[in-house]
Amino acid sequence: MVKEIERAGLPVVHMCTVTPISMTVGANRIVPTIAIPHPLGNPALDAAEEKKLRRGLVEKALKALTTEVEDQTIFED
Amino acid sequence: MSYKVVHYINQFFANIGGEEMAHVAPELRDGAVGPGTALNAQWKGEAEIVKTIVCGDSYFAEHEKEAKEQVIAWVKAEKPDFFIAGPAFNAGRYGYACANVAIAVQELGIPVLTGMYVENPGADYKDKVMIVSTRDSAAGMRQAAPTMAKLAMKIMKGEKIGASVEEGYMNMGVRVNMFEEERGAKRAVDMLINKLNDKPFVTEYPMPSFDRVAPNKAVKDLSKATIALCTSGGIVPKGNPDHIESSSASHYGEYSIAGVQALDEAGWETAHGGYDPIYANANPNRVLPVDVLRDMEKEGLIGKLHDKFYTTVGNGTAVASAKKFAAEYAQKLVADGVDAVIMTST
Repeated sequence: MVKEIERAGLPVVHMCTVTPISMTVGANRIVPTIAIPHPLGNPALDAAEEKKLRRGLVEKALKALTTEVEDQTIFED
Repeated sequence: MSYKVVHYINQFFANIGGEEMAHVAPELRDGAVGPGTALNAQWKGEAEIVKTIVCGDSYFAEHEKEAKEQVIAWVKAEKPDFFIAGPAFNAGRYGYACANVAIAVQELGIPVLTGMYVENPGADYKDKVMIVSTRDSAAGMRQAAPTMAKLAMKIMKGEKIGASVEEGYMNMGVRVNMFEEERGAKRAVDMLINKLNDKPFVTEYPMPSFDRVAPNKAVKDLSKATIALCTSGGIVPKGNPDHIESSSASHYGEYSIAGVQALDEAGWETAHGGYDPIYANANPNRVLPVDVLRDMEKEGLIGKLHDKFYTTVGNGTAVASAKKFAAEYAQKLVADGVDAVIMTST
């Protein structure tokens, strides 16, 4: 799906836990997430902490969208 | 004396449980478990599964290094003649795990074999490890077990392995010299005549497909950009009004989040049948982060969060379907003036 969005001309960032799969499906901007059943959260944290964690991940995704890339790139930090 | 085989399977085939048990760490059992008994039956005592390693699919995906180290340690201790993983059919994380443990064991010098459906993400490793091509669901076990058992036995006995189409494994990109009865010019003309007559023909040299799309230009100014959310994690309004299937989805959903400040348990849920839904149902923002994007919109960090999102269930869904869904909704996103997309996957 990311590839079709990219093909339509929109920059897209893929947020997922199993990044090697994201590489095989052809995502160009990839942000690793927490876990398969809760990519953007961690139920072990309290609500405020968890939202902070999510915010951090989304900020990373937005940073990826504002970064020029030439090839598939995993944004680790 | 029969050949010693170690078998790798996931929590589902070991009868531990489905997605709610996908987090279980590797476990070593004596003898054959689940699909291993079907393999043993095929070998009729010439080979036997002595140990079965069971590992949860999510555990493997999230702790790949530790899981692989544990598998390797057990395999080393057992010194088997052969290692089999799966078959994984169209279970994505399972196929990924099977291919990766098989590659790791192969590096020890032990011959290996796995099996899965051609669209399984694990099949991407087909040039590194021998993968038998199976059907897309466990209903294909009846065909998969004899194919895998037969091929495994040939390898154990050191017999000559035929071409991928003859033995049922995926093309590994290895070419072997052979003599054809007809000369090349005649074969080419025959192929052309069949093609012109709309009759089936098989190419002798398939062109590699490099379906890669080059990255688009980055967003210049986030504070003026409209960002859209999409997901393969199956987030839908409570009750799943469009009945998106929990696996092998046949369609996607388009839903409005205009005025929605955060997704809540009362209004939203996941339709996905391929991961434990309790965390996503309790707080759907864990999959589709509407809450923090709304905050960022208010703070002026982004221009706007697009008021519609697109969703489907990426669980055994055919690649062709996913391609079709996204090709269609991407046009809608473009028409609505969206500047960039965040896609989340589980």
